[in-house]
Amino acid sequence: MTPFTYERAIDAAAAARAVAERPDAAFIAGGTNLVDLMKLGVARPKHLVDVSRLKLDTIAESEDGGLFIGAQVKNSALAADARVRGAYPLLSRALLAGASGQLRNAASTGGNLLQRTRCPYFTNTATPCNKRSPGSGCSALGGFNRIHAVLGASDACIATHPSDMAVAMTALDAQVRTVTGDGATREIPMSGLYRDPAQGPEAETVLTHGELITAVRLPPPPPGRQVYRKVRDRASYAFALVSVAAVVDARDGQVLGGRLALGGVAHKPWRVSEAEQTLGAESRPEASFAAAADAALKGAHGYGANDFKIDLAKRTIRRTLADAAGVSS
Amino acid sequence: MTETDFLRLSRREVLEASVAAAALGVCTSAAAAPPEAAPALEGAAQPTFEVRFTVNGTPKTLSLDPRTTLLDALREHLHLTGSKKGCDHGQCGACTVMVGGQRINSCLTLAVMHEGDEVTTIEGLGAAADLHPMQAAFLRHDGFQCGYCTPGQICSSVAMLKEVEAGWPSHVTEDLGIAIDLTDAEIRERMSGNLCRCAAYPNIVAAIRDASEGGAL
Ligand SMILES: Cc1cc2nc3c(=O)[nH]c(=O)nc-3n(C[C@H](O)[C@H](O)[C@H](O)COP(=O)(O)OP(=O)(O)OC[C@H]3O[C@@H](n4cnc5c(N)ncnc54)[C@H](O)[C@@H]3O)c2cc1C
Ligand code: SF4
Repeated sequence: MTPFTYERAIDAAAAARAVAERPDAAFIAGGTNLVDLMKLGVARPKHLVDVSRLKLDTIAESEDGGLFIGAQVKNSALAADARVRGAYPLLSRALLAGASGQLRNAASTGGNLLQRTRCPYFTNTATPCNKRSPGSGCSALGGFNRIHAVLGASDACIATHPSDMAVAMTALDAQVRTVTGDGATREIPMSGLYRDPAQGPEAETVLTHGELITAVRLPPPPPGRQVYRKVRDRASYAFALVSVAAVVDARDGQVLGGRLALGGVAHKPWRVSEAEQTLGAESRPEASFAAAADAALKGAHGYGANDFKIDLAKRTIRRTLADAAGVSS
Repeated sequence: MTETDFLRLSRREVLEASVAAAALGVCTSAAAAPPEAAPALEGAAQPTFEVRFTVNGTPKTLSLDPRTTLLDALREHLHLTGSKKGCDHGQCGACTVMVGGQRINSCLTLAVMHEGDEVTTIEGLGAAADLHPMQAAFLRHDGFQCGYCTPGQICSSVAMLKEVEAGWPSHVTEDLGIAIDLTDAEIRERMSGNLCRCAAYPNIVAAIRDASEGGAL
């Protein structure tokens, strides 16, 4: 690890200011991703601002019937919260499908959104990688790319975003609240948080240096049944090859509408409005699920070892939508 | 134990001795070796930071390079070598300890972040003469072979049962709205963050089940 200095932040604005003032500073929350990357020499901050003690660790009901989730709420606490389990089971399920009991106890809501890709070339400092070392090339393009993206990728980078939680939050239309070094606050929709790799894969989000995530706001839940399905190489404690967050509003065997977001296939949770519009557009549920799967994977492109993801994603979508609709597939 | 005593032990006794030591998180044959040297640090002299926390009920003050993980602070500075360094990347669970009663991977957190925290390691759970019920259950069920993952398994399982008691659901919990039935599938899923390269999993599950049914936690 490169040497660094350390400070514990006492309030959110001061924390943002402390990082904004120094280009080589970084926030640390649970540390489960950052400490790992620092050990590997991938992240080399010279100054750490510890935000884990900020009083951003509560979940509160909002006036519109939604929830405010503080950025320091741990993944385990969020998954177990009775309000989340009751109204947003999709979010509980996505969190519980991720990492391990130990990691979820340390991982924070803010840190989870900003965790880096698990691309093995990104974490290996001996190989070229545009995300770690801009302009050096992308080793995954002609390399071992089984876990990589089939949607939204560019020749600059084909990495996927590894978070399960972010996929559920995207389907639930969550908003990310932040404060910047000069004290300004803003709200960013989940759909606008992550940047396209073609714009330069080294900058993954629209957040500026020193912009601190303070909370995630969930609007009231959409109507319908929520299901999260994760497909991976082992049954637990593994990242998604493909995951599907689905909400389907069905009554008397008739699909009225729904939401659909995919994980493991792109640099961000992948949500396609055309796919959602097909839900309810066809009279036979199975036909609308198949149409949604095709629409969601429109333009998908494999890089060799990950070609299987396209078919896997379509099948997982059909199955998950059927589960959510309560019809057997 | 002298070398001659050691040689006189039958193979079974040797196994039992190392098995008992594993459940306590102490080194057996390695016990005579000097503690590992602190890892070499890159770069120039670092400013140190003071951290005060409670480890196994005893207040401690350490002056640390901020790069020191909680795991290294416990092993290298407090010489509590029960918590093990397996992968050092949060992928194996051998370093599991409890902070404020909750299990975490001590390898992925910096010691300086734990000012004022209460840390419990395998050494704080029980002693040879006074085993924690989970340690006793691991012994009864042969819940290990080489024993390297065992301190992490035991710390993890003790905290895991508290999570169940608090009603926390898991990935395999079918209904998020009702009380948890601690099936073997639930135990396996909840313990998936602790790998055992000897694959003693059936006995680990049996030990945890036994301890949970004993209700002595
Ligand atoms: C073995 C292993 C398996 C895993 N499996 C899964 C899995 O299956 N699914 C999954 O989704 N995740 C998985 N994870 C990843 C885990 O969920 C993340 O490491 C965790 O959520 C990161 O949160 P943290 O609080 O520890 O972040 P940190 O490591 O503290 O920070 C991560 C990044 O976010 C920044 N940051 C932190 N908080 C803020 C904030 N409030 N505002 C702005 N920036 C901030 C930091 O500067 C850093 O760049 C796994 C991790 C490991 C080690
Ligand atoms: S896919 Fe992205 S992260 Fe992986 S090597 Fe290529 S540029 Fe780097």
